[in-house]
Amino acid sequence: MGDTQENIPQSGEVIAAKAVWQVINEKFGDAVSELDENPFMPFFEVLKREQWRDIALFMRDNPKLRFTYMACLSGVDYPEERKLGIVCNLESLGELGHRIAVKVKCDREGGIIPSVAKVWKTADWHEREAYDMYGMEFSGHPDLRRILCPEDWEGYPLRKDYQVQETYHGIKVPE
Amino acid sequence: MQELGKAEHSSVRVTPKGDNRVIIEKDISSEEMILNMGPQHPSTHGVLRLECKTDGEVVIEAEPYLGYLHRCFEKHAEMVDYPGVVPFVDRMDYLASMNSDFAFCIAVEKLLDVEIPRRVEFIRVIVSEFNRIASHLVAIGTYAIDLGAFTPFLFCFRDREHILNLLEWTSGARMLYNYILIGGVAYDFPEGFKERALEFVKYFRPKALELQKLLTENEIFVKRTKGIGMMPADVAINYGWSGPMLRGSGVEWDLRKEDAYSIYPELDFKVCVPDGRFSDIGDCLSRHLVRAMEMEESLNIIEQSLEMMPEEDGFDPRAAIPKRIRPKAGEVYGRAENPRGELGFYIQSDGKSTSPLRCKARSSCFVNLSAMKELSLGQLIPDLVSIIGSIDIVLGEVDR
Repeated sequence: MGDTQENIPQSGEVIAAKAVWQVINEKFGDAVSELDENPFMPFFEVLKREQWRDIALFMRDNPKLRFTYMACLSGVDYPEERKLGIVCNLESLGELGHRIAVKVKCDREGGIIPSVAKVWKTADWHEREAYDMYGMEFSGHPDLRRILCPEDWEGYPLRKDYQVQETYHGIKVPE
Repeated sequence: MQELGKAEHSSVRVTPKGDNRVIIEKDISSEEMILNMGPQHPSTHGVLRLECKTDGEVVIEAEPYLGYLHRCFEKHAEMVDYPGVVPFVDRMDYLASMNSDFAFCIAVEKLLDVEIPRRVEFIRVIVSEFNRIASHLVAIGTYAIDLGAFTPFLFCFRDREHILNLLEWTSGARMLYNYILIGGVAYDFPEGFKERALEFVKYFRPKALELQKLLTENEIFVKRTKGIGMMPADVAINYGWSGPMLRGSGVEWDLRKEDAYSIYPELDFKVCVPDGRFSDIGDCLSRHLVRAMEMEESLNIIEQSLEMMPEEDGFDPRAAIPKRIRPKAGEVYGRAENPRGELGFYIQSDGKSTSPLRCKARSSCFVNLSAMKELSLGQLIPDLVSIIGSIDIVLGEVDR
């Protein structure tokens, strides 16, 4: 990604995100990766995923960070790395105004990511959706069930290698 | 409400007492009952099922079940090319297709190096503000009908039809426009559009006021909404609320101001928040008031944009559309202010293919609805209708 975006001058968003990342890096050290200076969506990755909830809580409550608002949580499939992951877009709504994105990855089979539904209540349904579509577990989630697909649906539709089931309760499923 | 939380497993009963408040009497023996509301219930505005645990008339818990309209938009988006996604986006929030298209195009254009012509920006803003009014008219009209007022509904739909006619004249379709395209719009405004649009603005201003009087000054309507479904600002932010829902809780937050996309920074409009004169901040009435006030702001925006829009003879709105849309590798989160809140698209592109690697829609009403469980705690069953109506859900967008 780096080579396509080198010549763009740094925006205010990236500079603010850098300052944010430094605060987090000071506290958590090598649990977080370097900041990727994507001009539209600066992000870092949580390398030690068991610490994700602590990092989330720190990001929400630290007076220098105050990420009060989770705009979006998307599940992602990385078939080449044999991983699944989530991307969270966070923002300090109405307070400090900065934005950053956080990525957390887990194994493709039986991967577990700590749930942040208690940190941001909005993550509750977003995580249920990610579980529904990709099949990663969220440990500590209050109510992890499928949300958009029926309870007894087979497979995880948004995985790249998803094969749609032939019939559902005797009804043919269109391709 | 907290009291009720503690008493969750013992029996409770409430009696209405002035100002829509209820007092809770504990330990009166009654039975818990499961009541299903929907999926085919007029107040759920589509196909949504609420499983309510009730104790007498009090709702102890209302759990929403969704997915009846799930089409897996995100899988479709990975299979078609970028311009092909736009019609799917139309069908998400079918009451505000223009705004949805706008949000999607903003997200993709961040990854593309395209210069959007200035006239196109104005066209986009005008049509999406028209669509915002149309969408708020449906929200207000159906909300009134939920609470038993039939007349405002007819008024709203009469005026909405004028807007739909205007948009049909511009785009060729009545509701699902496919009009805002990546890098441009489908057609220029037809001749005489400006005059007719201004005529509508002039016609609609007093009508909006009349509508306000019909509802906001109606005692029954106020009784059914004031003090119901309270949501404090910090909890609303924690739930990820946005748009009129968040502003109804008193937070001055509008992406048109905060993100300053398109030509919004050049326009003079204000962010509508309730001032607490008519409503308790954070209740259903506040959210209704925000929508009503926003219609007037949209009229202002339309008027200003029509005035400022550069006139060009033989203008080609498709000139800036790239022949082959293949964004550079990267990922982006683009968003716009929809009538229902923040509609965001997280898009991943690998730089090689013409279809997105991942396209996640952050649906505003999906997020707004997720607070339903907390909003409904300890409310009366008829108030549940009032609360769902005030969230203004479009199930096409919730389920995607």
